Amino acid sequence: MAYQAKAKILKNSCVGGNYFKMEISCPRVSKSALSGQFVNLKISDRFIPLLRRPISIHNVRGSKIELLYEVVGKGTELLSRKKAGEELDLIGPLGNSFSYVAKRTPILVAGGMGVAPLVFLADKLKKQKPLVLVGAKTKKQILCVKEFEKIGCAVKTATDDGSVGFKGRVTDMLKNLLSTIDYRQLTLYACGPKPMLKAVSVIAKIKNIPAQVSLEEHMACGIGACLGCVVNTKKGMKRVCKEGLVFDSGEIIW
Amino acid sequence: MANLTVNIGKLKLKNPVMVASGTFGYAEEFKDFIDLKKLGAIVTKTITLKPRKGNPGPRTCETPAGMLNSIGLENPGIEGFIAEKLPILKKIGVPAIISIASEGEAGEFVELSRRLDKIKEVSAIELNISCPNIRDKSRLISQDAQATYELVRSVRKVTQKTLITKLSPNVTSIVEIAKAAQAGGSDALSLINTLTGMSIDVRRRRPKIASIVAGLSGPAIKPVAVRMCWEVYKAVDLPIIGMGGIMNTEDALEFLIAGASAVSVGTGNFINPKASVEIIAGLKNYMTKNRINDIKNIVGSLKT
Repeated sequence: MAYQAKAKILKNSCVGGNYFKMEISCPRVSKSALSGQFVNLKISDRFIPLLRRPISIHNVRGSKIELLYEVVGKGTELLSRKKAGEELDLIGPLGNSFSYVAKRTPILVAGGMGVAPLVFLADKLKKQKPLVLVGAKTKKQILCVKEFEKIGCAVKTATDDGSVGFKGRVTDMLKNLLSTIDYRQLTLYACGPKPMLKAVSVIAKIKNIPAQVSLEEHMACGIGACLGCVVNTKKGMKRVCKEGLVFDSGEIIW
Repeated sequence: MANLTVNIGKLKLKNPVMVASGTFGYAEEFKDFIDLKKLGAIVTKTITLKPRKGNPGPRTCETPAGMLNSIGLENPGIEGFIAEKLPILKKIGVPAIISIASEGEAGEFVELSRRLDKIKEVSAIELNISCPNIRDKSRLISQDAQATYELVRSVRKVTQKTLITKLSPNVTSIVEIAKAAQAGGSDALSLINTLTGMSIDVRRRRPKIASIVAGLSGPAIKPVAVRMCWEVYKAVDLPIIGMGGIMNTEDALEFLIAGASAVSVGTGNFINPKASVEIIAGLKNYMTKNRINDIKNIVGSLKT
């Protein structure tokens, strides 16, 4: 069940660079939100920008929902200027969710903003002591390391330019890691750009490790009506906003 | 008590507010947000004879006060629709208008209409002869008066259901096409489908939509749609279902005053899933406030 509700902004602040963290209060939505789901925010009462902005749920604490977002265009720019006390028209929680796999050690793989939903997931999985691999272009784009550590996760970082952690892609770091450990009892969760998710799915297939990937696509409605965000899968075209965001990596035709 | 009932061909609607094809799925997508029973009618996503996968992505992008889409008629085909979607519409109990199309063959419309004619729960058929997102964009049926006439006529022969013809704004004279649809036996007209448009990512010098040319909808096209409703209302004696950028009650009233007997909310559903039911309430309020007891008294009431 999803709701269209008013959410009150409690906090909205820059956490470095173009990255912002917003806390909103929306008890009806926070109560039922699952990790991997998103909310669709109406940012303006005017017609520019017209469409809602889908933003993944970064974490939930009681009636509070946390959102981590990057300012990439007009919509997110307007969002970043919202003040505590203002209200947002919100639809959520939307989409399916990550499924928890018992008796397997989770490895979470994040690329860039892909960390956003994985913090919520790590929180849910904390008893299983997940390992988190965070990759980005440079040190400045490495996010949420402290949050993951606070939850109790071990964190490894990778940057394209080597400014922090492993020099290279996060998926290469994953590959290296899997060549040194027993991977038979692992399960992968990944969120990030499509090429990264494709690389994760290739690794998962070779090593025969179950992997769930959270996809991102252009959305118009976010509720499964417009068919704008579909992805080609072995079971036909699927709506990223409805049958996703989370898919078994083997299901996707990349 | 304000009378909101309207007639579209043989179809009697309890109110003039419907939802436009392609913007409402098959209705179940909106059940969390509104009481579907309140709608005047539901127009389905377009159905074709065989299932279609649709166009490659990206399929949508935002534009100033509007959006472009090129979905490419993705749908489960008539058999899939009857098996999976029709039972849901039946349960809702609101008149279901089934939108149909074909890629090239006009014969597909006839075949589809013949199948739908036998189904009790099908309240009307909307002929989508104006989708700009098919392979051969350069020759839509709705861009040719003779082709429009022939198509409507051949469908008319196989069904007694109310026939609604949905026209394209991408024409020199929409009145001419509307007259052809009337001559072919159409009971009503849906005005308008999307305007063709393009949007470019200048950094990458690439189109923002994979199929390059797409259909523009939303508030940006409303003045064009209102103008076309008014032109057709003056020239053709068929009920018009007006659509194009309707976001709220005032928008809906513009269409009714211009001559539309009913309205459809399209892109507005994406931004506010409650838009359609809010408009129904808004129209009632407007009528009460202005002491209008029958909505038909608003239709075509433009003072010039």
